[in-house]
Amino acid sequence: MSKLAQRHQQVIGFLLLAVALAALPWVAGLIGNSWVRILNIALLYVMLALGLNIVVGFAGLLDLGYIAFYAVGAYVYGLLASPHLTDNFETIATLFPDGLHLSIWLMIPLGALIAALFGVLLGAPTLRLRGDYLAIVTLGFGEIIRLFLNNLNAPVNITNGPQGINMIEPVQIAGVRFSRTVDLFGVEVPALHLYYYLFLALTLFIIVVCMRLQNSRIGRAWTAIRDDEIAAKSMGINTRNMKLLAFALGASFGGVAGAMFSAFQGFVSPESFGLMESIIVLCMVVLGGMGHIPGVILGALLLAGFPEMLRQVVTPVQEFLFGSVLVDAEILRSLIYGLTMVLVMLYRPAGLWPKHK
Amino acid sequence: MDIFAQQLINGLVLGSIYALVALGYTMVYGVLGLINFAHGEVVMIGAMVAFSAITLFIGLFPETPGWILFLVGVLCAVPVCMLVSFSIERLAYRPLRNAPRLAPLISAIGVSIILQTLAMIIWGRNYLIFPATLPTDPIVLHTFAPVLENDYERIVSITPVQLLIVVVSAVLMFGLTYTVNKTRLGKAMRATSENPQLAGLMGINANSVIAATFVIGAALAGVAGVMVAANYSVAHFYMGFLPGLKAFTAAVLGGIGNIYGAMLGGLLLGIVESLGAGYLGQLTGGFLGSHYQDIFAFAVLILVLTLRPSGLLGERVSDRA
Amino acid sequence: MNIPLFSATHLKKSFGGITAVDDVSLSVQPGQVVGLIGPNGAGKTTCFNLITGLYAPDEGQFEFKGKTYKPASPHRVAQMGLARTFQNIRLFKSMTALENVAVGMHGKTRQGVLGAVLRTPAQRREEKRVHQQALKWLDYVGIGAYSNHLAGQLSYGDQRRLEIARALASEPALLALDEPAAGMNATEKLKLRELLLRIRQDGTSILLIEHDVKLVMGICDEVIVLDYGKVIAQGTSTQVQQSPAVIEAYLGGLHHG
Repeated sequence: MSKLAQRHQQVIGFLLLAVALAALPWVAGLIGNSWVRILNIALLYVMLALGLNIVVGFAGLLDLGYIAFYAVGAYVYGLLASPHLTDNFETIATLFPDGLHLSIWLMIPLGALIAALFGVLLGAPTLRLRGDYLAIVTLGFGEIIRLFLNNLNAPVNITNGPQGINMIEPVQIAGVRFSRTVDLFGVEVPALHLYYYLFLALTLFIIVVCMRLQNSRIGRAWTAIRDDEIAAKSMGINTRNMKLLAFALGASFGGVAGAMFSAFQGFVSPESFGLMESIIVLCMVVLGGMGHIPGVILGALLLAGFPEMLRQVVTPVQEFLFGSVLVDAEILRSLIYGLTMVLVMLYRPAGLWPKHK
Repeated sequence: MDIFAQQLINGLVLGSIYALVALGYTMVYGVLGLINFAHGEVVMIGAMVAFSAITLFIGLFPETPGWILFLVGVLCAVPVCMLVSFSIERLAYRPLRNAPRLAPLISAIGVSIILQTLAMIIWGRNYLIFPATLPTDPIVLHTFAPVLENDYERIVSITPVQLLIVVVSAVLMFGLTYTVNKTRLGKAMRATSENPQLAGLMGINANSVIAATFVIGAALAGVAGVMVAANYSVAHFYMGFLPGLKAFTAAVLGGIGNIYGAMLGGLLLGIVESLGAGYLGQLTGGFLGSHYQDIFAFAVLILVLTLRPSGLLGERVSDRA
Repeated sequence: MNIPLFSATHLKKSFGGITAVDDVSLSVQPGQVVGLIGPNGAGKTTCFNLITGLYAPDEGQFEFKGKTYKPASPHRVAQMGLARTFQNIRLFKSMTALENVAVGMHGKTRQGVLGAVLRTPAQRREEKRVHQQALKWLDYVGIGAYSNHLAGQLSYGDQRRLEIARALASEPALLALDEPAAGMNATEKLKLRELLLRIRQDGTSILLIEHDVKLVMGICDEVIVLDYGKVIAQGTSTQVQQSPAVIEAYLGGLHHG
């Protein structure tokens, strides 16, 4: 096939994909609104998995506390987009008598930046640790963050403790509030769909950034560190800075996803950011293929979507067979994650879709 | 002074538990270089099995004295824990002996989740009330006269369960030390721990030794689980995670792979945590309350790994690791 | 008296109770090939690790291009112009031969996150240059045909050559090779000899650990012999071959290949 024809094929392929992606929420909406919700949550997980992939897949650092960055992003957005700060702090209330109401174009980068800062903070003590110790220490950090989120409501109420932050404003872009059905060019677009397009755009952005990083001097340096840190150092790579960079970038994506989660849910609490969540994201990266971007996306979609589909099936089936639900969907979900990790390690350690050469 | 003394006692009790569980972590790491992430879950299984056994027994024989109930719990829990640990090693770790280092760790995390989930299925999500087995009246050790008028007397006491924990732990630790130092199995364990290839050449079956290591650690963990449940009167599918993590910290603190290190680390961590919890409010001027006490274990872990990674008594990890 | 390109004086390193390196001094003049030989365990690789900053020396002074340096961080040593290969071959197995060499150029390139993400013209130019240079180095050592093969899939001899290409990619003034001929057959060793001579001719000095005595004696301007961490002989290859201490250390093994 000539080069031009090949090019044409690629373009057509992309167009078809773009149309499919654009139409997806409408199709899913036909089955039920909850499916669009699931789609949106799945996109958040894709963002998280891609972020963790930078740390685990590219640089080879097993971070078991990654969800902490999701939490940071979520709480930063939550604090800035809700009445919590003005309700609890006189100074802020006087400075912003009508509420904070910051632009989303400020809040998303801010969430990313602060999360990146935490990435450096939590990554710095781990730089000299060997693989498994690094995993445990990062796990500890994740738990510490959650501990603080749960308890920083006294003496100064920063996080509102276990109750979390609510009344978080939905996203507002160009005057359009993502809070109900919106009339766009004569078409009735539900808020869920608006969030979908926003999340999709962010996800695509993150994918492009990851791909470009992977095929660059930085990406090669990370892979070198992952393959053989001593040789990497001996080749002139400042491994300390490279590792911190991986932590910071990975964390920033987690922060962006967290901010979006916050806006989408309208409320955040420490419960959503436990160890299990960190493990779930790790599971997605491991299942998909550590370090391979398409694999990671696949892993995230599978592990975000499959338990949901199962939930739709499993409950009625058990009701029918046993008259009651013996194993509820949550338990099944956990079981899937646990089994996935063990089985993938035993039988397909490179993941479902590894980077082959 | 009264807080100090009481927290010291609490620390000793807590530390004994940490030490028992830490031994399981340290022995496995010494021989395989693997963090047995699922070890905390074995503690939980000990507690849950004991709960079921005791509840069943009470149902059949309502007049049984408490201490027999306790014994029933332990006798049922320990074999189950040993079997579970043996199976984990065989199914989830052994095939990965030659895999890159992180593979068995990820597998271990998966196993941990599976065990928690199975416990959820079998025993449900709710907190289970562990049947009372031993008398609960605290034994008063010392009474401090009230400092101010109209103030209450401050006492330092220990409950029978707490006393049992300290005594049983000490006995078990002594037993383990004897086994490791004086028996053939112990010698084989030490040899495999130091140099698996050489041990193999001398006729020691590494697989058997490794299995024995897991099983012994599990037995200790099972007893620890029953005692913890008896002490707090509660059992729950998630109860193994945090103690497991802290026990691992204790093992690292003392020097991973070193059984004396695990014992020392466990006791130290327990005492530090108890004293810390008692004084945390005062130390931080009221900013951090005692519900931050879990932070101590993490802080210790990070400090040890940053400043003195080989621990207090030094690492003893095999060449294989 | 020329200023040596590189010198390490009074190196000392102990591990626990064992002195691995005891008062060893060595230097390399510009354009020289210096050989470091000795029985297994004599401390040769330890010296390399001290020089390149992988181990912290108990004692020792280090100079490179006339300036004192503290070998505290290996990456700075590499950026200074001292590149090395490893006794046990430490290639980046999940990357291709080309990518391995590209990593070797890390210290000589600058593009960071912004350049990578924004694909600025400068970044694209640099990537192109890296690609071309890497191919050039692969050709130089003779494995240009395998540029897209995974490093782990190459034959043993080719892996050794790839390691050399990767080290050369940083355009070092001094190339430290740790047993580059280990495991090679006679033909490969001949090709290696040619390569080393070409490297020297093109302006890079070489410090060489080798067990193959014929190879060493054939190309080294100066030979240093270590045994039990100490220097037992130093000089031209002929001088060293005739030293009684050396003959004893090798138990007559010098006359074997």
